Amino acid sequence: MSDDRAVIRTDQIRKTYDSGEVQVEALKGIDLRIDPGELVAIMGASGSGKSTLLNILGCLDYPSGGEYFLDGIHVNGLDRDQLADIRNRKIGFVFQGFNLLARTTAFENVELPLLYSRLQDSSNVEQLTRQALERVGLADRTHHFPNQLSGGQQQRVAIARALVNQPAIILADEPTGNLDTRTSIEIMATLQELNRQGITVILVTHEHDIADYCKRIIEFRDGRIIRDEVVARPRDAAQDLVSGRWQASGLGERQ
Amino acid sequence: MKWKNLIKVAFKSIIKNKMRTLLTMLGIIIGVAAVIVMVAIGKGAEKRIQDQIASMGTNLITIFPGSMQSRGVRMGPDSGVRLTLDDVERLKKNATLIQAVSPMVRSGAQLIGGSGNWNSSVWGVSEQYLEIRDWPLSSGEFFSAADIRAQNKVCIIGQTIVKNLFAGEDPVGQQLRVGKIPFRIIGVLEEKGQGAFGQDQDDLLIAPYTTVLYRMSGRVHVNQILVRVVSLEQMSQAQAEITSIMRDAHKIAEGADDDFTVRNQTDIAATAQENIMLVSVTERTHEIGIRMAIGARSRDILVQFLIEAIVLSLSGGLIGVLLGFLATWVVNMATDWNTVIVPANVLLSFGFAGAVGVFFGYYPARKAAALNPIEALRYE
Ligand SMILES: Nc1ncnc2c1ncn2[C@@H]1O[C@H](COP(=O)(O)OP(=O)(O)O)[C@@H](O)[C@H]1O
Ligand SMILES: [Mg+2]
Repeated sequence: MSDDRAVIRTDQIRKTYDSGEVQVEALKGIDLRIDPGELVAIMGASGSGKSTLLNILGCLDYPSGGEYFLDGIHVNGLDRDQLADIRNRKIGFVFQGFNLLARTTAFENVELPLLYSRLQDSSNVEQLTRQALERVGLADRTHHFPNQLSGGQQQRVAIARALVNQPAIILADEPTGNLDTRTSIEIMATLQELNRQGITVILVTHEHDIADYCKRIIEFRDGRIIRDEVVARPRDAAQDLVSGRWQASGLGERQ
Repeated sequence: MKWKNLIKVAFKSIIKNKMRTLLTMLGIIIGVAAVIVMVAIGKGAEKRIQDQIASMGTNLITIFPGSMQSRGVRMGPDSGVRLTLDDVERLKKNATLIQAVSPMVRSGAQLIGGSGNWNSSVWGVSEQYLEIRDWPLSSGEFFSAADIRAQNKVCIIGQTIVKNLFAGEDPVGQQLRVGKIPFRIIGVLEEKGQGAFGQDQDDLLIAPYTTVLYRMSGRVHVNQILVRVVSLEQMSQAQAEITSIMRDAHKIAEGADDDFTVRNQTDIAATAQENIMLVSVTERTHEIGIRMAIGARSRDILVQFLIEAIVLSLSGGLIGVLLGFLATWVVNMATDWNTVIVPANVLLSFGFAGAVGVFFGYYPARKAAALNPIEALRYE
């Protein structure tokens, strides 16, 4: 099992939210396999269980049942500290609302996972932080605070923070949900570029225009996967930005 | 995380969150200074302080709607359960250990009279309210049971209103419009000063609860019920008696949870403190969620907050000691009280500072660090 090279493998993952009298079955048995180098969009209506799955994949929450292997590690059996280390080393999580620490510079936000890392030799913290910020095109914004940055820039800082520990996978829950069209495509260009450099990316979106930049689309309905397709020719976000085609093709219409 | 990094993270957090740092330190500073001054003033003042605590009404019991513990958070009146005048009547009729009882109907209104306008709280209570609170009048008289039956438009006002609307002159006999309704002022409360949490206790208008309920608010339920127990020794029996009468009144089945909460004064102080801490939990829980999401272990979080708490306590404590010295010196100059600063007092207050600081800093962190990251992130 653990000898296969899947980054993520799940077997009948279930999640039931128990809030007093009502029980919500948010995930009803998810089998999933994601290989290195994939760029996957998870789609589906609001409430279909996308975030629930991503949170479990990101070790931010526990499944109610089923098995989860991340980079060959059987996650189910791990204790709190081991899960923290997994989040630190194996996973970079990007949120819709950025979740940067306020009153804390871009540099310090990105540096934080390195400080929490138990492996990191602290001599190159500064260098790694700079490199991560360069990779998302923010080399010139290192000492800005979140409130001095645009939404797109804040999300880039969050992406830099997600990749600074060289994780096995980046998980992004509606990373463009708070951004306008152009900025969304810029973020997609960044994620595509990182993916080209070898990072596996799973992102949740409910917008087809965003999913079109991914190599594989998984669709959810009512806690189940109802569609799982490879995209023959994903759009290229960098090219769209240069050509301005996103405006002409009507993508600019969405709010 | 390595120690060096933890210390770095903790100090950054202290420096960045200036407002929070300031408020936490202020609490400690005042606490320490107060301890030093009180201990220095010594026996002479001890009696005075005890009297003051007694004046808050230690054999006072308050009944709130809703059960106290619902996931650690008090359910407010929104939980659907109400206290009614029927509850008050049943307590009056059936309780044996009660000296006085009053509903409390809270409202607010624009007061118009004297020299202008003033926004204040309006409390509807029974004729026994002053007895319950042990709160004397400085002039005039309180309303009677007959005023309550007749829903008379009479009121008693606090000193803050006297100062702001009547330039400090005795307003008894004058008219005061409460919202649209004209009231006659029949009494003025003695000054009470600031409450334990800095609120102005003299900024209020008291009127018969019937008047407030039926002429002003149009509601039928009351916010709280206040009870004065016959004697301090019988507090716990009284609490039990009240609980059983209330359960009967609300037809609560054997074994089911109360839908009201009976608390005495000490409980209430503790709850207020708890609520302050709950606020800081919410404030910092989201941040802790972010830190956990990027790989902080629980221990990392706890150590960071402990360092923060210790640094704040020590520096706050030091300032508090200096202020305490200063205040003691002032008391010494201004009164004939015999003040002595003993080194042990200074140590004592440092200990106090440490306890307060660690409590306030560490407790929220411990609670938050025990959550799933995703649960912590939901706090906003
Ligand atoms: N913390 C929670 N408590 C109870 N129910 C929840 C919680 N989080 C999500 N749910 C429910 O689980 C289902 C899936 O939610 P979610 O995964 O957030 O969907 P999506 O991200 O696809 O919009 C929904 O019905 C939602 O109401
Ligand atoms: Mg979602």
